Amino acid sequence: MLKRTVPLIIASIVGIVLILAKFSPPIQSWETEVVMWFDILAVFAFVLGAGNLNLNNLKKISERKAGWGYAAITLLAFWITLICGIGKLGVPPNEQYLGYAWSGSFEAEGSAFWWIFNYVYVPLASTMFATLAFYISSAAFRAFRANNVEASLLLLTALVVLVSQTSSGPMLSDLIPEESTWAIFKIDTIRGVLVNLFNTLGTRAVMIGIALGVVSTSLKVLMGVDQSYLGGD
Amino acid sequence: MDKFWNSLANLDRRWLFALTFLAISIPLLTGIVLPQKVTPMVENVFNAIDELPSGTKILMPLDYDPSAEGELQPMADAFIRHAAQKKHKLYFLTIWPTGVAMIQRQVATLKKEYPEYVYGEDYVNLGYRPGYEGVIKLITSDLPKLYGSDQQGTPVAKIPMMAGIDSIKQFPLIVNVSAGDPGLKQWVQYAATPFDSIEIVGGTTGVQASTLYPYIPNQMIGMIAGIKPAAEYEKLMFEKYPEIEKRPNSNMANVFMTSQEVAHFMLIAIIILGNVVMWQTGGRRDQS
Repeated sequence: MLKRTVPLIIASIVGIVLILAKFSPPIQSWETEVVMWFDILAVFAFVLGAGNLNLNNLKKISERKAGWGYAAITLLAFWITLICGIGKLGVPPNEQYLGYAWSGSFEAEGSAFWWIFNYVYVPLASTMFATLAFYISSAAFRAFRANNVEASLLLLTALVVLVSQTSSGPMLSDLIPEESTWAIFKIDTIRGVLVNLFNTLGTRAVMIGIALGVVSTSLKVLMGVDQSYLGGD
Repeated sequence: MDKFWNSLANLDRRWLFALTFLAISIPLLTGIVLPQKVTPMVENVFNAIDELPSGTKILMPLDYDPSAEGELQPMADAFIRHAAQKKHKLYFLTIWPTGVAMIQRQVATLKKEYPEYVYGEDYVNLGYRPGYEGVIKLITSDLPKLYGSDQQGTPVAKIPMMAGIDSIKQFPLIVNVSAGDPGLKQWVQYAATPFDSIEIVGGTTGVQASTLYPYIPNQMIGMIAGIKPAAEYEKLMFEKYPEIEKRPNSNMANVFMTSQEVAHFMLIAIIILGNVVMWQTGGRRDQS
């Protein structure tokens, strides 16, 4: 009962309130309340996430599974960052409340948390993303092959987009006079067709499809037909 | 000749890595800047900020993290410099936990380059609130309910520029820089589209652009997608406000663009070479 029926009733009530609030001005403030609950619940999601992270990694360490050393590093990094943040280590007090040592933000410039973010997280995240450029060049050489008609079309499109994202490509193609019959081969023209016609058409079709799917799933959730979000079938 | 093509077919990928490294790093180190041709979309984005009367309230959600900083920071810098040049009131916030540090960078730029900008009167950092798009949904009707204090913990009642701000409907323009979901798409869907009084422009990564084009021009004025449009934006800004160009690192999008230019032509050459090798060897590898 508590595990399934109560969550189902809550989900249905909240969903119906949101729909009614949209169409009924007198109860529009209810929507604000419900969305506020969502924002508060989102905070607890972090707590759940942290709990899961600890449980999974502790399990890995205790069972000495392959890569348990990485799990230990993950936990160490997690706890150091958490202690620095919650303990507000090195945080200067808020200018409005100078007498209170803990009144400043945990992310204030110069704090331990700020230092970890800027000198550990930033270089690591940037490096991970930058590494992609190297793998793209290797993949471009080995995998981007005009093996068949579909691959050839994809390749041609990719080349146009690559050239259009340079300064000299569009400028050079602008040498073709506007009144010339070849003007349709200007890089910006081709890119415009690709982006505004093919891409926009395709993306809109996908978006409309997704939206219809969301409406249908939402109705199932509201009526209690779809209970998969509770972990059931 | 076969030996040559076979050796290329089995090329050690570290050569490609080295080539990529040189193609990106040499233009960066030389600092060469190439001329840019401004596209209409970038002009529309520029005009959206430029044509607003001085002192307009602009909401600036910066929803990205350090992994996208290389692509997004130059455009965020350009937006902030442009808005500050126009003396607009800037309201920073983020729905990404990592966005707080990105806002801190912008605040540092403002403090350094626009010392006349006073915190709480000309700009405010409202910081991060959890809830993803729920945050956007809530602040369209009740902003103080979620933002009772700024990033430093100062109550909004003590911040002069927050007086009279009930919801984001009081911001004629949202300038969002985002690296994914939730981000520009959600700001368009939940903030700009339902309310006629709110216009939106954005900056985003090149890979995200294709999913956002369908919103232009009816739901979004325009966007800066990737480094090239950011370089075009800088060009427009320098033409209208030449004093900005003299500031250090004010043309980072243009500097990065040169790297991107060389890297893109290198990629094109690599793709063509890869296909020539395939035709010459019949797609076989390890034949030597």
